[in-house]
Amino acid sequence: MTAPLLNVEHLTMRFGGLVAIDSVSFEARAGEITAIIGPNGAGKTTVFNCLTGFYKPTEGRLTVDRGGENYLLERMMGHDIGQKAKVARTFQNIRLFDKMTVLENLMVAQHNKLMQASGWSIKGLLGLDSFKQAEKEAVDLARYWLERIDLVDQADDDADSLPYGDQRRLEIARAMCTEPTLLCLDEPAAGLNPAESAALNELLLYIRDKHNIGILLIEHDMSVVMKISDHVIVLDYGRKIADGEPEAVRNDPNVIRAYLGEDEDSELPPEIQADLEGGDD
Amino acid sequence: MQNSSENKLAFALKSAVAAGLVAMVLAVPIIGLPAVDIGGGTLGLEPRWMHVGLAAIIVFVGRFLLVSTADKRAAMSGDEPLFERMVKPVAQYSKPIGLLVVIAAIALPFMPFANRYVVDVATLTLIYIMLGWGLNIVVGLAGLLDLGYVAFYAVGAYSYALLAIHFDFSFWICLPMAGAFAAFFGVILGFPVLRLRGDYLAIVTLGFGEMIRIVLINWYDVTKGPDGLSSIPRPTFFGLPFKRRPPEGIESFHQYFGLDYSSMHRLIFLYFLILLLALVTYWFSNRMRSLPVGRAWEALREDEIACRSLGINATNTKLTAFAVGAMFGGFAGSFFATRQGFISPESFVFIESAVILAIVVLGGMGSQFGVVIASIFLILLPEIFRELEEYRMLAFGAGMVLIMVWRPQGLSIGRAPSIRLHGDPGKGGAS
Repeated sequence: MTAPLLNVEHLTMRFGGLVAIDSVSFEARAGEITAIIGPNGAGKTTVFNCLTGFYKPTEGRLTVDRGGENYLLERMMGHDIGQKAKVARTFQNIRLFDKMTVLENLMVAQHNKLMQASGWSIKGLLGLDSFKQAEKEAVDLARYWLERIDLVDQADDDADSLPYGDQRRLEIARAMCTEPTLLCLDEPAAGLNPAESAALNELLLYIRDKHNIGILLIEHDMSVVMKISDHVIVLDYGRKIADGEPEAVRNDPNVIRAYLGEDEDSELPPEIQADLEGGDD
Repeated sequence: MQNSSENKLAFALKSAVAAGLVAMVLAVPIIGLPAVDIGGGTLGLEPRWMHVGLAAIIVFVGRFLLVSTADKRAAMSGDEPLFERMVKPVAQYSKPIGLLVVIAAIALPFMPFANRYVVDVATLTLIYIMLGWGLNIVVGLAGLLDLGYVAFYAVGAYSYALLAIHFDFSFWICLPMAGAFAAFFGVILGFPVLRLRGDYLAIVTLGFGEMIRIVLINWYDVTKGPDGLSSIPRPTFFGLPFKRRPPEGIESFHQYFGLDYSSMHRLIFLYFLILLLALVTYWFSNRMRSLPVGRAWEALREDEIACRSLGINATNTKLTAFAVGAMFGGFAGSFFATRQGFISPESFVFIESAVILAIVVLGGMGSQFGVVIASIFLILLPEIFRELEEYRMLAFGAGMVLIMVWRPQGLSIGRAPSIRLHGDPGKGGAS
């Protein structure tokens, strides 16, 4: 088995007296989709914020192994995590560049590469061929992802003119344009209808298989989680309470208790059971 | 239907009465009570109630007509607002129109009506257009609200003046140095304020602008304080001075070209100089917009958190915006110094920052074309209507209100994408 892409060891995050995450450890591998689930307020988004440098963890170590090179995320500046460790993320509430076009959104994602090619703007100002070539390649990469998310025709429209589902997928495409090794998705299926949700599953599986990167997924929609994840981690009150294959996690008594409260009776009401099984309703 | 039209009439009448009353209340102190000399050098008030009543009636009738015909006007103009229809052809042919404007600007000093005054006003307008384009990079593109832009203008002017007076450098050496100094100050200001956003940033930049001015007033040894710096060397035409009688051994401009001496030569040269500088500013900022750094500026304006998650160094990106904007402020400042020949802190007060910001905001944030229109509106028109005397500022205010009612988003035509996948629709591209 290969070394894990992401290794989280004893991650702890305290806000004053509140312990949002309490010594959580887990791993995520390249070519796998790792889902993080848990009730509201379990600390899932806080884990993401620690991983992507928006919070400095109180304790713990976050290591990204990129081709033998290790990056310690907790010691890096926010933007370095995207630039050097190649961790990209999307947001629970979509954060696109609204008044810029779809294509421009994808071009901004390739900023660091293009900046270097433009000789920190000097070559770009002079309009040298080497920069034009780099820009063309960037457009080609953007077009590749636009084809994946089926938005080629809308490439020159403003991002905020897109329907909600397209905006969600555009945000994923934008993250992919940074050519990440680890993609963190914060509730990508929130607010999607069943058809859009199915298209999202397909996109995520495509990314996993064709680009062989690690995907970390926060999701409430069990139909997405149970269908596509290779590995599920369950958080509750900032602690990890289960970790394993989707099938094993689904039947874990701790998980059932976390979702349903401290009930001795382990029989689930039928609608919850259906939900956990990834009901095809 | 009868009922609803009656309702509308009543509504129009009501709003007209309200507007008339407000106008009356405002008119009492503004129009109704002028101070006059009542003999013996003392001032007294001479009420003009007739005028107050007249003003109230005018507002009443105007408001009534406006409200009662609102439906008809809306029906007439169709779905598209009037402004959109007016600017659409402009947007479509923006390139040829821009070229025409530039040609007109070049031809202006040679027109028969171009006297000293016309060239002077045109030069002044161009200074503000250039400042507007410079500030547009910071405010319009990067979205950093800067209320102290005049500080960089001052830094440019004083660096130029001090370098030219003490070291006797020529204009073309001083200009880049002044720009570099201003950019350096932009970075100095940028560092501490990078974590601030919106209103907080505006307050700090406002303070920075005042700091520079107060330093200029109090650092008497270097800046001569409120006395200002005078006898700043005038620019030369590549070494040829614009003087009637040049010093021994130096040929002046009119002698070299075999012309009769005219004081217009220098003015026209200055006009072309600022035209060139403004066009460079335009070209540069337009070019930057389609480069990665320009796109990052706009992305930063849209969403800083998303930028960070994409690995964009927000600190450096903001600093470049500050530095580039400040640099153009510095260029404009050094031009100002050489044109005036005298500078003092009086020229760099807060109201200048406010006017430049107003140009950018009225023009529509980020719009290059809007800056030109807004400069003409805010600088040129008040100059032309100087004869109106005290009513000039009233007209200025009324104009501002009109624009904000008519086009709250500014005069811009809308943002043109910095890059397209399907080609330019105006040119009949692939889409």
